[in-house]
Amino acid sequence: MSQVALLARRSVVRTLRQPAMVVPSLIFPLMLLSINSSGLDTATRLPGFPSDSYFQFALAIPFVQGALFSANSAGTNIASDIESGFLNRLSLTPLRRLSLMLGQLTGILALGLIQAITFVVVGLAFGDGIAAGPAGVVVLLLLSLTISLAFGAIGAFVALRSGNGEAVQGVFPLFFAALFLSSMALPRNLIESDWFRTVATWNPVSYMLEGIRSLVIEGWDGEALALGFACAGGVAVIAMAAAASALRTRMVRT
Amino acid sequence: MSRGSFVSVARAVAWRNVHNWFTNPALILPSILFPMFFFTAFAGGLSRVASVPGFDYGAGYTTFVYGFVLLQASTFGGIFTAFSVARDFESGFARRLMLGAPSRGGIVAGYWLSALVRAATTVTVITTVALAVGLEVHGDGLDVVGLYMLAFLMNTFAMLFGTGVAMRLRTMQAGPAIQMPAFLLLFLAPVWVPYALLTGWVKAAASVNPVTLVLEAGRGFLAGEPEKVLPAFAVVSLLVAVSVLWARGGVRSAERAA
Repeated sequence: MSQVALLARRSVVRTLRQPAMVVPSLIFPLMLLSINSSGLDTATRLPGFPSDSYFQFALAIPFVQGALFSANSAGTNIASDIESGFLNRLSLTPLRRLSLMLGQLTGILALGLIQAITFVVVGLAFGDGIAAGPAGVVVLLLLSLTISLAFGAIGAFVALRSGNGEAVQGVFPLFFAALFLSSMALPRNLIESDWFRTVATWNPVSYMLEGIRSLVIEGWDGEALALGFACAGGVAVIAMAAAASALRTRMVRT
Repeated sequence: MSRGSFVSVARAVAWRNVHNWFTNPALILPSILFPMFFFTAFAGGLSRVASVPGFDYGAGYTTFVYGFVLLQASTFGGIFTAFSVARDFESGFARRLMLGAPSRGGIVAGYWLSALVRAATTVTVITTVALAVGLEVHGDGLDVVGLYMLAFLMNTFAMLFGTGVAMRLRTMQAGPAIQMPAFLLLFLAPVWVPYALLTGWVKAAASVNPVTLVLEAGRGFLAGEPEKVLPAFAVVSLLVAVSVLWARGGVRSAERAA
């Protein structure tokens, strides 16, 4: 535990000391939320739209978008540790791989928590609140952290596999593709284009969004929440396993 | 300063940047993929919005979205080129270039040419995909020329504006200062629905945003019903003229620092 705590502290301090990492991950999602909710409010006139406010509908997006920035941050931090030789020096210590992974991702979870709390506050201040109430806010934060962990682990995997920050930046657009090809802008049943609806249905990001959205708009929807946690948790487990494997390979090389 | 040195400097700078762009996946992929994601996400995911009462655009939602993505791709072709300028200053290459090049205007012209090539490539890819998935161009040849002229003027404006910033700050940390104004200009326009259907503060912003005129003129060309053509060209020409002065100030600032 002390190994994890030491690395976790370093990871949290390092992440939060970089305004270039923290500020855009808060500002960009909020800016897009503000523009989208005003620009697309007309969509609420569509029959079957689940809310009469596009802001309430779109409030789920910043949580996932913020997590995408976390993936980038996690990957960039780990890549910088590889490039600077810090990871090589760690490999000479008796530090366990799991400790290393968890420690490295703690900073991203701290950033994820700050993002989620900010987005909840914005939702409460400018929207109609969180339909699931105070307990729903707690579940929303948990789901948001799971999503941050999932994307952060993907970022870590890419960094460990490639060993350079440029590759992490290069993969960033693919994360955005996952967000764009989801039920981000409209509910799946209102997506007109068949191929897009199919892609959105297979895309785990849709279920992450819908899990958060259910808490914001509907209240308690067990199915949406179960799918949201299952998709975020599933991606997190797979990505962590892949990152651990990449870390093992990298440590063997050193 | 001879005309020959201007041209040779411009050609050399343009060639280097175009070569870097085409051979570095980290540079070319985001430039092409981001507008593609926007196009796919909005044309595919939001097409039902076209059935909202009051949405009157005859050429269909795919074409409506293409009008925006075309401008976005062109503008960001200019913005990404300005990033290259900032990167060249940060690496020290631009300082050496300014010392060695007989024509500093040629340097900016070279970056401008590379911005045009970048935008032309991205626009070609996006247009090909758009045509494959249902883009309907109702305008005639003249309308199409007008549409792409607007797009390339926006590219020129964005590149000159970004270069002015990059040459003043001379660091990659200038990225947000280069990107954010262009981003705001583009997205505070009628992106997803016509102006009449906008609500709230975005409608107020769109009413004074010059890009609203450019976007509406572009969509008019696509629909074969040109509208606001003269105001749109006047506005974008004014933006280019102001950004030429801004970029010239940037060159002088960089000269003082070189």
